[in-house]
Amino acid sequence: MSRVINIAPITRIEGHASIAIKLDAKGNVADSKVHYQSLRGFEKFIEGKPAEEVPRIVNRICGICPWHHHTASNKAVDLCFGVTVTPAGRKLRELMQIISHGEDKILNFFFLAAPDFVMGPDADYGVRNVIGVAKAAPELATKAVQMRYKAKMILEKFSGKAIHPHAAVAGGFCKPLLEAERQEFLPQIRELLDFSLFTLGFAKAEVFPKYLDAVKVLGVINTGFIGTVDEQGALNVFGGNLRIMKPDGTFVEFDPQNYTDYIGEAVTPFSYGKYPYAKCWNEGFSLDIDNPKGIYRANCLARINVADKMATPRAQAELEEFRAAFGRPAQLTLLYHWARLIEDVYAYERAIELLEDPEITDTNVRAKVEPKAGRGVGCVEAPRGTLIHDYSTDDKGLITRANLIVGTTHNLGPIHMSVHQAARALIKDGEVNEGILNKIEMAVRAYDP
Amino acid sequence: MAVKVAEEWLNACSGCEISIVDLGERLLAVLDLVEFVHIPVLLDHKYYGQLGEGKHINIPEATVGIISGSIRNHEHLEVAEEMRRKCQIIIALGTCATHGGIPALANSYRNQEILDRYYHTETTDKVDEYPSEGIPHLLDSVYALDEKIKVDIYLPGCAPHPDQVFAALAGLLAGELPKLPDRSVCDQCPTVREGKGQVKQLRRFLEAPHYGAPDEPIDKMRCLLEQGFLCMGSVTKAGCGGDKIVPRCIAARVPCRGCYGPVQHDGNQLLQMLNALASNGIDIHSLPDYVSLLRFSGAHKLLRPGHKQKEA
Ligand code: SF4
Ligand code: SF4
Repeated sequence: MSRVINIAPITRIEGHASIAIKLDAKGNVADSKVHYQSLRGFEKFIEGKPAEEVPRIVNRICGICPWHHHTASNKAVDLCFGVTVTPAGRKLRELMQIISHGEDKILNFFFLAAPDFVMGPDADYGVRNVIGVAKAAPELATKAVQMRYKAKMILEKFSGKAIHPHAAVAGGFCKPLLEAERQEFLPQIRELLDFSLFTLGFAKAEVFPKYLDAVKVLGVINTGFIGTVDEQGALNVFGGNLRIMKPDGTFVEFDPQNYTDYIGEAVTPFSYGKYPYAKCWNEGFSLDIDNPKGIYRANCLARINVADKMATPRAQAELEEFRAAFGRPAQLTLLYHWARLIEDVYAYERAIELLEDPEITDTNVRAKVEPKAGRGVGCVEAPRGTLIHDYSTDDKGLITRANLIVGTTHNLGPIHMSVHQAARALIKDGEVNEGILNKIEMAVRAYDP
Repeated sequence: MAVKVAEEWLNACSGCEISIVDLGERLLAVLDLVEFVHIPVLLDHKYYGQLGEGKHINIPEATVGIISGSIRNHEHLEVAEEMRRKCQIIIALGTCATHGGIPALANSYRNQEILDRYYHTETTDKVDEYPSEGIPHLLDSVYALDEKIKVDIYLPGCAPHPDQVFAALAGLLAGELPKLPDRSVCDQCPTVREGKGQVKQLRRFLEAPHYGAPDEPIDKMRCLLEQGFLCMGSVTKAGCGGDKIVPRCIAARVPCRGCYGPVQHDGNQLLQMLNALASNGIDIHSLPDYVSLLRFSGAHKLLRPGHKQKEA
């Protein structure tokens, strides 16, 4: 007798999705699908809006990574209006974005992912959560909560809103950073850097070794990758060129303005979400895990794979250790967690560099802007992957057309494949329990969607 | 005994949930006093039973049910109704839940127009049919919660400030029904108002407002509306500054866009703002688009298809 298992909703992730696993008469996996259930239509309803307002609208695409949408959107608007952002404005945007990158990783690791590792995937759902973690490791949990709060409060204190910011504006930033603020934030960011190093050390000593078996089998697929690098080929989340890497490690590099030559989006019958794929490989699109076509992954592991190096010293040392162990490109899905913590170190090292830069307190933060007709592609790396905001404006500076590809979208195909791989490997002869189903979800959570 | 709480997100961005997580250390205190029985962002409780064998959406009973996001599709509706059945008190958390929020901008269009655009961008492969398998169908419109279920407490904000989320939870634990006072963002704004501004035409926010030296305190800055910038403080519910009170956009010298929704629950930010502009002597035809005045509150049938740019 065939049956369908509904994992709904997928929990401890940011989005709205469910998994349906079809078992055949013998109780083995015949098919599995990840359904993405939300469709809001930002591409449509920002039409006609003044472009400078759009960075304050599209930040509502995601409440976890609003800074990244805000930044990508502002970049697109700058390009439409042909304005060059002042250097200080640019640095303040990057500072806020990178601090936000860091706090997101704390959230992901401790609140969303840690319960699987600290409590174990087979623990009852009643304890397999952040509350369970807080009881099992109260000092660690308190510290994580404090650190994240600290990062969020820097964002709020300086820029008004931590969630759904409005502080980046066409031409730059809404106000300068005062010297007193710089002196206040620097020690706090140094503390956050220490915590990121502690977290990575803790994970390497206590968490990853215990689960190395799981890492080697859960959600394993072979794909390409996408990410952003600077002129030196170092990982950069604020901007630069895009690289799309093949599973064999070769890659193409291009200006995000030309993304339509490299990326296509497929539509499936079972999901509102679209499925970006590497059009530039000229092989089409297929989600078949035995014969995938056009599939690449985004987010931290992808960024670390496509980059030649990290731009900051401690993160670089961590990358070297990681590469020595797992090679380039590293394919194992659960390594996303490791890569995420390396990026966390980078985020705070970079934040310190920015705060120590004398230019960051320059008061010329905003260039004057005139609305006009144009087109611009704004691209940044959000924690969940490459964000692409592509707008056109009319001569009044109103939006005439928009195309958005958001971070998690790049990973929808890979998540689908990882879930299928995990389900096929774990469900045999109709044997299903909560632990098994949660392990299948772990293959989703690695992508931090 | 800890109070049982269930939480759900519908047509939501998760910002409201992040506001709960952003309580900082207060979160740990809250987690001691409440027992979450269902909250997808943190807890693995499933709708169809832990082994996915059930047929209907099932959420455990709870004293308090918190819901963020609006109602956009059939599954949202089912979940909202199940929450209403299982929870004694329903809190609408965030402006999506109370007034539709930003996603209700979609109400200016028919679903077909939205789908047509989304599945026909320059990067999207041509398709014969739009997706429909195993995914909930869209309702005809984006609905605020109280258009479909009874709501007991409204906590607007996009996102609601964590201080307010905490105050509401602490109030509930003490047995009080929290309510935000009907005051406006302007009531809590410290900028200098001189009565009427001299400006007849609105200025788009393409240049910085005047405020003297960078370290000049905010209470020395002239009101942004009087400087000629569209600022929706007078038609927007107060509270976004949390315990520190100063409105959050104004603190960054950026005009308010109305994210806490209307001052009174059933207010209409568009009509009220047009009034406010007119009474400040500002020509309402200088607004680049009217729909944006309902940017956060387009549910309750205020935005409708055809109700697009410049058609207020
Ligand atoms: S009210 Fe704002 S923060 Fe809350 S779900 Fe809606 S868009 Fe997100
Ligand atoms: S000032 Fe207005 S738009 Fe800004 S956070 Fe407050 S209510 Fe929202």
